[in-house]
Amino acid sequence: MQQPVSKGQSFPGQVHELPGGGIVLSKLDDVINWARSNSLWPLTFATSCCGIEMMATASAKYDFSRFGFEVARASPRQADVIIIAGTIVNKMAPVLKRLYDQMADPKYVIAMGACAISGGPFFYNTYSVVKGADHIIPVDVYVAGCPPRPEALLHALITLQDKIKQGLTREQIKTGIP
Amino acid sequence: MHEVLGTTTDGDLVINVGPQHPATHGVLHLVITLHGETIRKVDPHLGYIHRSIEKMCESLTYRQFIYVTSRMDYLSAHINNHACALCVEKGLQVEVPARAQYIRVLMDELTRIASHELWWGAMAMDLGAFTPFFHAFRERENINDIMEETCGARLTMNYMVPGGVMADIHPNFQKRVKSFIQLFRSKFDEYNEMVTGNIIFQNRMKGVGYLSAEDAISYGCTGPTARGSGVSCDVRKIMPYELYNQVQFDEILETGGDSFARYMVRLREMNESINIIEQVIDNIPEGDYQAKTKAVLKLPKGEFYTRVETARGELGVYIVSEGGTTPYRIKFRSPGFSNLSALDHMARGSKIGDLVAMMGTLDLVIPDIDR
Repeated sequence: MQQPVSKGQSFPGQVHELPGGGIVLSKLDDVINWARSNSLWPLTFATSCCGIEMMATASAKYDFSRFGFEVARASPRQADVIIIAGTIVNKMAPVLKRLYDQMADPKYVIAMGACAISGGPFFYNTYSVVKGADHIIPVDVYVAGCPPRPEALLHALITLQDKIKQGLTREQIKTGIP
Repeated sequence: MHEVLGTTTDGDLVINVGPQHPATHGVLHLVITLHGETIRKVDPHLGYIHRSIEKMCESLTYRQFIYVTSRMDYLSAHINNHACALCVEKGLQVEVPARAQYIRVLMDELTRIASHELWWGAMAMDLGAFTPFFHAFRERENINDIMEETCGARLTMNYMVPGGVMADIHPNFQKRVKSFIQLFRSKFDEYNEMVTGNIIFQNRMKGVGYLSAEDAISYGCTGPTARGSGVSCDVRKIMPYELYNQVQFDEILETGGDSFARYMVRLREMNESINIIEQVIDNIPEGDYQAKTKAVLKLPKGEFYTRVETARGELGVYIVSEGGTTPYRIKFRSPGFSNLSALDHMARGSKIGDLVAMMGTLDLVIPDIDR
């Protein structure tokens, strides 16, 4: 019976105490997912206002490096997660697609703010705006707000970590069938 | 995606910087022609964040369209809202209560400091120094907290409405602004110690990206970019709005014309904004924070234009009204667009390594340019 890694559990596995030490029993998949989730390097991809809140999340007060996100990379080839911070317009859409394609697997996407979710609270009926980044690339976590607070982005990042630790896909989690 | 790559007939190399590049502060696309390491030409390509704000404003009422302008130059959100509110008030001929004017000026100057602090941190990061970013954001968070308490938002405030401000200031506002002034004063020397006096920094900034006063005028540069070349263009001085003819402050001018001069203008402007806030903060008069206006605003037929000084330069709002509840046409004259146009002139003949420093001192906000 597969035991999904619960929230707050630091290391996936059971410790069997023995005289003079102990043995940790775990599955390799769980250990890989645990390691992977705690070292996610975001791509510095900011198109508009949300980028400033992303910078605030990286700065001293909110400090997302506490959760293993500190190494923001400018190259998609070195990044694990792309935080879509801002509006995606038609001219930018192919660029976003190419950036996503250039990232190495496994790769994750966070849609930050109303523009990346659905085209925005204001720009939903304009001729140039893509109505949601999920028209272009698959999105793992959505963060609402215009712009979302840094706490909201932190919550999204932790949600993504939980998701990776589960080791299940989006559809599997939704249907509850592993 | 419009992309250029290859060599010209002279054997020059054509490369792309952006649209995804950390130094472009957003999604600017520069096509650069290089002769060895020397820049022959810089060709900015725009439109990667064109959200059609001007067109959208035509279908929004005079109360609604102000919210969109917070997303234009989000680092000067208050000042953008202010410019639009002023333009609508000009059309309506509404007198703004004194209390609202004081609050507006305070908010504008706080925004200017927040914007310059972000620029300072980001520009040092462009040049490879990561620590200043944390120092700048440490102080900036204090301003964000003040804004949040009064306006309810950290970044896109939408606080200024036609006729005044949306709500009265929070009871803690004055106390917190004063404690921020103290904090800022105590930290400001750190900025100079850490970056301005650094010999590596100075070598990368001095004599780089020279822009003469004549060129600054002919390219339409405004704000710190033009004032670094000695052009007096502060709208707060030459065409005062709200309280700016009653407060004492200096227009910051530097004559160097290089990147370092533009850097110094912004750094000194932060101090000057603190001076303005100190003069105003204790004298906020009692009274209404908003003038009585009708629920549905209708501007008379005609054309209205106002200009304000944002953190980047002169922002102009031009409204053409046909007498209805929505504008017939809105045009924003954004400072970033004109400042960017000078980049090609500045960069020609210099090395590619210096381009980042030049762009950093222009303080570009791309959604402000593309709109």
